[in-house]
Amino acid sequence: MSKINLIIDGQSIEVEKGITIMDAAKKINVNIPTLCHHEDLCVAGNCRVCVVEVKNHERLEASCAVPAEDGMEILTNTAKVRNARKDIVSLLVSEHNTQCTTCYRNTNCELQDLAAEYNVDGDRYLSVLKPNIKVDKSSWAIEKDDSKCVRCQRCVRTCAELQHVNALTVSHKGDEMKISTFADLPFNEVVCTNCGQCVNRCPTGALTERRYFDDVWEAIGDPDKHVVMNTAPSVRVALGEMFGNEVGTRVTGKMVTAMRKMGADSVLDTDFAADLTIIEEGNELLTRLKGALVDGDTSIKLPMITSCSPGWVKFIEHMFPNYLDHLSTCKSPQQMFGAMTKTYYAEKKGVDPKDIVSVAVMPCAAKKYEANRPEMNSSGYRDIDAGLTTREFGLMIKQAGLDFNNLEDSEFDSIMGQSTGAGIIFGATGGVMEAALRTAYAVVTGRSVPFENLNITAVRGTEGIRAASIKIEDTLPEWSFLEGVDLNVAVAHGLKNARVIMDEVAAGTSTYHFIEVMGCPGGCIGGGGQPIPTNAEIRAKRTKAIYEEDMSKPIRMSHENPEITQIYEEFLEKPLGHKSHDLLHTSYRKRNRY
Amino acid sequence: MANNNKLKRADIIFSTYSVDPYDVLDMAMKKGKTDVINELIESGLRGRGGAGFPTGLKWKFMAQENNEEKYIICNADEGEPGTFKDRKLLVDVPRKVISGMAIAGWATNSKKGIIYLRAEYNNLIPALEKEIEVFNKYASKFDLDFSVNIYSGAGAYVCGEETALIESMEGKRGEPRNKPPFPIQSGYLGKPTLVNNVETFAAASMVCRYGAKKYESYGTSDQHGSKLFSLSGDSPKEGVHELELGMKISDFVEEYGDGDTKAVQIGGVAGFCIPRKEFDQTIIGEGNTTGGATMIFNSTRSMYNVIHNYLDFFAEESCGQCTPCRVGTQQLLKGVEAVKAGNKPESYLDDLVKLSKTMKLTSKCGLGQSVTNSFSSIVKNFREEMIY
Ligand SMILES: Cc1cc2nc3c(=O)[nH]c(=O)nc-3n(C[C@H](O)[C@H](O)[C@H](O)COP(=O)(O)O)c2cc1C
Ligand code: SF4
Ligand code: SF4
Ligand code: SF4
Ligand code: SF4
Ligand code: FES
Repeated sequence: MSKINLIIDGQSIEVEKGITIMDAAKKINVNIPTLCHHEDLCVAGNCRVCVVEVKNHERLEASCAVPAEDGMEILTNTAKVRNARKDIVSLLVSEHNTQCTTCYRNTNCELQDLAAEYNVDGDRYLSVLKPNIKVDKSSWAIEKDDSKCVRCQRCVRTCAELQHVNALTVSHKGDEMKISTFADLPFNEVVCTNCGQCVNRCPTGALTERRYFDDVWEAIGDPDKHVVMNTAPSVRVALGEMFGNEVGTRVTGKMVTAMRKMGADSVLDTDFAADLTIIEEGNELLTRLKGALVDGDTSIKLPMITSCSPGWVKFIEHMFPNYLDHLSTCKSPQQMFGAMTKTYYAEKKGVDPKDIVSVAVMPCAAKKYEANRPEMNSSGYRDIDAGLTTREFGLMIKQAGLDFNNLEDSEFDSIMGQSTGAGIIFGATGGVMEAALRTAYAVVTGRSVPFENLNITAVRGTEGIRAASIKIEDTLPEWSFLEGVDLNVAVAHGLKNARVIMDEVAAGTSTYHFIEVMGCPGGCIGGGGQPIPTNAEIRAKRTKAIYEEDMSKPIRMSHENPEITQIYEEFLEKPLGHKSHDLLHTSYRKRNRY
Repeated sequence: MANNNKLKRADIIFSTYSVDPYDVLDMAMKKGKTDVINELIESGLRGRGGAGFPTGLKWKFMAQENNEEKYIICNADEGEPGTFKDRKLLVDVPRKVISGMAIAGWATNSKKGIIYLRAEYNNLIPALEKEIEVFNKYASKFDLDFSVNIYSGAGAYVCGEETALIESMEGKRGEPRNKPPFPIQSGYLGKPTLVNNVETFAAASMVCRYGAKKYESYGTSDQHGSKLFSLSGDSPKEGVHELELGMKISDFVEEYGDGDTKAVQIGGVAGFCIPRKEFDQTIIGEGNTTGGATMIFNSTRSMYNVIHNYLDFFAEESCGQCTPCRVGTQQLLKGVEAVKAGNKPESYLDDLVKLSKTMKLTSKCGLGQSVTNSFSSIVKNFREEMIY
């Protein structure tokens, strides 16, 4: 990379050619305000709050969009610049439904921060807010309020670039310009996967997750209800951020204590259900392999693809409706957990399942949708009654008046509170694959996977698609049909990459046996329900924490979880048995493409 | 020859020529690429699409781009209210336009030409296609590898902005891009792309026909050649007029006004509104844009209505992507209404002028950047009309 020299605010610096003025300024600790810019996304340059003065340029330049050039002289803090920025923020406020006190993004809003920073005078301009804007609450997962939209198009770029869903687009022009779904249909009628990635990148309260925490409080307050809470692996490595902890801080013990103090009757671990998923899904894979490779059954579809990410599941239902047979029939851990809560748990605890309210705390917006899918009630009761995001849960902790950072640590309740390191790593891309391989290899060969500390690093990382191949040797007698087989696996995260993988499957060129797909970039640690902001650096730190948590667990393979052994002995009988079939497996449906 | 102060009708672009424009192409090709580009630079020809960028220089930069795939785009979007000169060119002298494109293609080593035609002009397509067929025959005769295609536009004013035009040609929403990169570096499909106005191509062809010296001799010492004016408003002579550059507004008004002219809008809605007391300046003076629409207003006109119409137009035609333009245009519109209605003090006009300056400084494209031209000049010169 060649270097260039420029002067920013009187200070000379040398930077690599090609970086923007904004990034160059960062290097000398000059922060330039932004709104439409997001490091996960391509440059938009449309909000214009990042303008700076460049010597000999007639106009100000958007520093997020303009590359630094050799010999440039840049001023970031002149009256001209400050006035322009203030004017722009004032304009944004003038078309905004500024109701901060009742806004879900109050105190975590980029427009609010800018308005505060520039001490914007709300009376400077007339209000040009469009009257009668209706909040779209049609979706179980996402709410859209155009009156809070700053038209930064981060959502549009997220949905197009990262997710290849294109559920959102810019419609109309001029004063009517806005963010729309296809034909402005309600959110629940379009191709949206509910992944929540747009919500996570929206700088304001225009896109938010639909909140269910009031329902949860109500259940907690109801003496006749038995509230069972469970938390996904990636919540414990991100929740701390909401209380000022450094990114990547693990807060598992405090999180458990907080739930208990909030009044949950039982505090359990979704990771238990992740272990359960591995047993069911691992057996499903082995059965499929036998059917396809030994029995030559052509109705069996390979590759088998994971189904624990509900955003991904809805994506394939819309985009590749003729390939649903490739999906594992396993419900996601959340739904398995719910089904077991309303049956096995209820039986063991002697609680009437009709009185149980199962609450899932998730890094995810799509889990809300999944919880509401009509078919998710095979026990006769809803598997999950309410799905909360990490953010909602953090807010509840605040509402409960808990001094989170000073809570003592405590352990999950039992039964369904014990988990292994394999269940934990479900939270990061590649984790389901790694957990599945740890167990499947052990089942087939009677030995552990041949990797140091059981860490299958080939499937870890941030590459959008990662492939690996594991040779199966010296099998136990009943798995001899797998002797010498190279098991080809792949991992994809972010729906953009899922599409690439699926295009191969659809073209018949896929050589994989098993594929893990996570709907969100980075997997669940980067989920749409995680604390805002989320970006590459933050995802990396949360991922690191996930693997640390894995290493801290005494048991690191799902089939060795004693509670798993117990649930099969006492209730499920055997993997893929008829109870499993009824309670833990599901089916999918074809959907339209708009 | 040149008449510095008096209006002079020119007959260059619309002249009934003795030389076929395709022979002009042939002549050019015999001269050599560098010579043709240098001649264009010498002629002082500036783009007729509004921004007035020196055409020869643009072609020179384009020629320097090393790429197998390069595009020549003829901007026939002509979405501005009151302009119809490009239409007239395409109807009356399409051959001059296409020969200009072909010369550009040849001189800059670009093989593909595209006419981006305003959707409302779709009825011109059959005739244009016939002309393209004729051109193709010449091209094969001259061994010139250059094709011309027509692309029917998206229909919004902003799609005339060159990068929005390219976006729309790529099937995307017509929103202007960030610059840099400029189209010459990365335009249509990411390839080097030269965008010129219809009139610019026709004029370039005429420069090749007459030579820089002759072309330069039209107009004054600093404004060369001829230019088309689409005239509308309070004039008995509405229509397209080709005039030598450099004449004074007063001469123009004398010729074309109705005797009661109080202001002239030069350069279309994106240009300036010149009041009677400033008629002494030349018509494409300092900062005046080169767009084609010229509107004459007489004393019966309410300048409040004029600016209100412009602002209405801008607020609707802004693509809406960037804050200063999307919201600024609405604020100016609501603001003048509020002052007129007495809901805001007179001094609010000054705040609005400041806002329009911010729009100029910070908007992403020429639309938002140029609103201040008409707005400030009308508010400054017709302040009473804004208030009472
Ligand atoms: C809002 C907007 C609309 C424009 N519309 C046109 C148009 O209709 N025709 C045109 O030739 N140029 C138009 N332009 C100018 C083009 O962006 C570009 O500068 C021009 O086509 C370059 O050609 P020239 O160098 O021959 O002038 C417009 C610019 C803006 C900002
Ligand atoms: S989106 Fe931000 S600025 Fe708007 S009301 Fe909500 S908190 Fe306030
Ligand atoms: S939730 Fe996901 S799929 Fe739906 S609009 Fe947002 S980014 Fe697109
Ligand atoms: S909905 Fe949010 S992310 Fe999308 S344009 Fe509006 S403010 Fe930006
Ligand atoms: S200045 Fe106006 S037309 Fe141009 S990009 Fe901005 S909003 Fe769009
Ligand atoms: S942050 Fe640069 S234009 Fe929005």
